[in-house]
Amino acid sequence: MSYLAYAVAGWICLVGLYGAITSRNLIHLALCLTVTQSSTYVLLLSIGYRRGGGAPIFKGTVVGTRSVDPIVQALTLTDVVVSVTVVGLILALALDVHTKTGTADPEKIAEMSG
Amino acid sequence: MTRARIRAIFAVPVLAALGVFLFWGLAGVPDFGGFHGRYGTIINHRATPERHTTNAVTAVVFDYRGVDTLGEEFILFAAVVGVVLLLRKGDEGEPPTAPVRSEQVRLVGAVMVGVAFLIGLWVIAFGFVTPGGGFQGGVVVAGALLLVFLTAGYRPWQRLAKERALDPLEGLGVGSFVAIGLAGLIASGPFLHNFIASGRTGTLASGGTMPLLNWATALAVAAANVVLYAEFLEHYVAPIFAKEPR
Amino acid sequence: MVHVPEALHAVVLVSAALLATAVVLTRNTLRQILVNGVYGLMLVILFVVLQAPDVALSMLVVTTIAYPLIVLAAIARTRSGKLTDEQEQE
Repeated sequence: MSYLAYAVAGWICLVGLYGAITSRNLIHLALCLTVTQSSTYVLLLSIGYRRGGGAPIFKGTVVGTRSVDPIVQALTLTDVVVSVTVVGLILALALDVHTKTGTADPEKIAEMSG
Repeated sequence: MTRARIRAIFAVPVLAALGVFLFWGLAGVPDFGGFHGRYGTIINHRATPERHTTNAVTAVVFDYRGVDTLGEEFILFAAVVGVVLLLRKGDEGEPPTAPVRSEQVRLVGAVMVGVAFLIGLWVIAFGFVTPGGGFQGGVVVAGALLLVFLTAGYRPWQRLAKERALDPLEGLGVGSFVAIGLAGLIASGPFLHNFIASGRTGTLASGGTMPLLNWATALAVAAANVVLYAEFLEHYVAPIFAKEPR
Repeated sequence: MVHVPEALHAVVLVSAALLATAVVLTRNTLRQILVNGVYGLMLVILFVVLQAPDVALSMLVVTTIAYPLIVLAAIARTRSGKLTDEQEQE
């Protein structure tokens, strides 16, 4: 059990990379990149987890009860919201390529550019 | 054998090799549930007595690691500037009307837009007392504005999401964050120093500079999201409405 | 002390891994955005079980509002031109 969380994070990362490598469509590729990014969230939160700990919110609970780590949560939550705009930029670039070459397939684009 | 098939066959051993190193490295991480980092424990014990906020995560985001949040906001800003540079081409001509014709949908929209907007404001405002904050609430507010497009049509959305108003708002959000940090520098001590007195724990008037940074972040995130949606809708979805005769 | 049974951790983690594989293996982009939505909701459950309500809130909001909009707008753009053979196969 103690290794399962990290193994799942590693598996999600590798699966996302496999999807990005064998992708036939640029939009599918952007979503596979978001899957790889979500593996880092799972890894960060699994590292910060403390057995028997509650959430690091102290309204109603006494300060000093056992809680999980708040720093990895802070890193993850800003990352989740900011990566939406970055994926938006990736999609805008992909659609620019689609407009100029007429296809969204990475294979056909490579053939056309030479 | 197509090139895609060759790529797939080559990808599996390469990813397996990467996986060996990845899982070997992950085996050295401390046990799941046995995290011994001292920084987190110290912040859990000291955030509420020092800053009078009950949400330790928001205290980390806006006070203890405020510089990291500033960096993330600049990533947001730069990505939205990139999208605008790619997509905005000046005057696009007459926008399509594309109204939503179903009365039930319009009724649901008329009720839900206000409710969603209020929920977004509540999530932002109470972000340092209970879970929430500028980032989450900013996206909820942007979603409430998006509900106008989904339930009323394209023309009302365009009247609401004007570029001329949204661009300065986004700059104002990020700029206020930097300005409050500089005010901390001028008042005493380092950049982003929390120089306002902390109020009473558990109320809205607590946390020092944290509520101000919270609202600045919420403004920046909401405006950036609405600009992103507006650009995508205007350049990718509106031409489809213009082509179909309605 | 909050006692979370280990079986709950194991079930949610394995479900997240299976759904991530499903997202990658779905080649049709329109179906993939729906599977991505389900994967996002499973991640929200995982974050709640790992005692992180702030992160769960932000993931919930992002995966139900922002991602479907930008990906569906992009799909609409790639399908509104001439339908070529590759697009019909999708």
